[in-house]
Amino acid sequence: MKKLESNFKNMVLALSSITLFAALALGSVYTLTKDPIAVSKTAKQQNAIKDVLPPFDHFDQKPIEVNDGVEVLKVYKAYDKSNDFVGAAVETSSNNGFSGKISLMVGFDKAGAIVNYSVLEQKETPGLGAKMLNWFKTNNKSQSIIGKNPATVNLSVSKDGGEIDAITAATISSRAFLFAVRNAYAAYCQNSDHQQCDSIKVK
Amino acid sequence: MNNSKLKIILNGLVTENPTFVLILGMCPTLATTSSAINGMSMGLATLFVLVGSNMAIALLKNVIPDKVRIPAYVVVIATFVSIVEMTMQAYLPALYESLGIFIPLIVVNCIVLGRAEAFAAKNTVFDSFLDGLGIGLGFTFALTLLGAIRELLGTGKTLGMIVFPEHYGMLIFVLAPGAFIALGYLIAVFNKLKKTN
Repeated sequence: MKKLESNFKNMVLALSSITLFAALALGSVYTLTKDPIAVSKTAKQQNAIKDVLPPFDHFDQKPIEVNDGVEVLKVYKAYDKSNDFVGAAVETSSNNGFSGKISLMVGFDKAGAIVNYSVLEQKETPGLGAKMLNWFKTNNKSQSIIGKNPATVNLSVSKDGGEIDAITAATISSRAFLFAVRNAYAAYCQNSDHQQCDSIKVK
Repeated sequence: MNNSKLKIILNGLVTENPTFVLILGMCPTLATTSSAINGMSMGLATLFVLVGSNMAIALLKNVIPDKVRIPAYVVVIATFVSIVEMTMQAYLPALYESLGIFIPLIVVNCIVLGRAEAFAAKNTVFDSFLDGLGIGLGFTFALTLLGAIRELLGTGKTLGMIVFPEHYGMLIFVLAPGAFIALGYLIAVFNKLKKTN
């Protein structure tokens, strides 16, 4: 078959049919992958909530939203079998990371101590800021935040007068991470009736 | 398989290796090779797009008028990239997150458009398939190697296996400057080997 001539009619026809065909192909792939994408997103969030909570029986599927003017924090309260409050998971984030948004799920027990955390989203430098995935869980000197209560422990990097060791050579990422954790605690406080929470507000 | 077909594949892997010989597609090469697995995934995603777009373009080459061939090629390539992106997001969410913005950027990867223009537009569907496979494998090989070296020197690990304690890792190799250094040495070694053969 000879190559089509580059006249106006041929060009319009060829381009339109190629784009039409591409649109059809993309439409069908989109329909096929829409559900799996949604499923994997919720699965990740649900798993994060389960990972960070103290032992629990069930938690509120519909979170309480706390708006601090910049970010919307989500508080998922958890209860035991007899419907007593055992703690909460808080979805929190910070835009002050080294490369964009850091989003975390932080779990608190009834007394407000941190049970665990899970990083939902981060784009920090691999080998530096990206170490936050495990750094603040590792029990080494004072780098771990697990088991600490933000009401009694100053959760800032030691450079800023706090009590937590920043990730080596990644102070900016560490600051953003701890900022998000402190905010999570404030949001947790607003939704629990602790006395120690009286003076704390979402910043 | 006869000799000339094998040659097309070897051409992409060695003689015209996109990274070490043609020095094309440097942006994803430098940016995604902070670990071996990331490099390999990026290479495989590009391989899929290359094979798909090469075949589609070889099939359509006679119905695309010359003056609109570039926009037509870009539409074909972008379609395949979007398919990869959505499939990855659905079934490999963790990988999708770590490769982030570089998947959509395969659209403007010069290797893909380059092969479309230089090979697929002049050859049969099967030959274009082989060319896409060869170039894609060459790219994957280069990215995996570069990723493995950077990961090893930077963190002491390769593909999850700990070779030496992370403490002794040279952090610079995980960062951008290390990518340039490692790539420079790899190109030198590759070309030296190619010359002696």
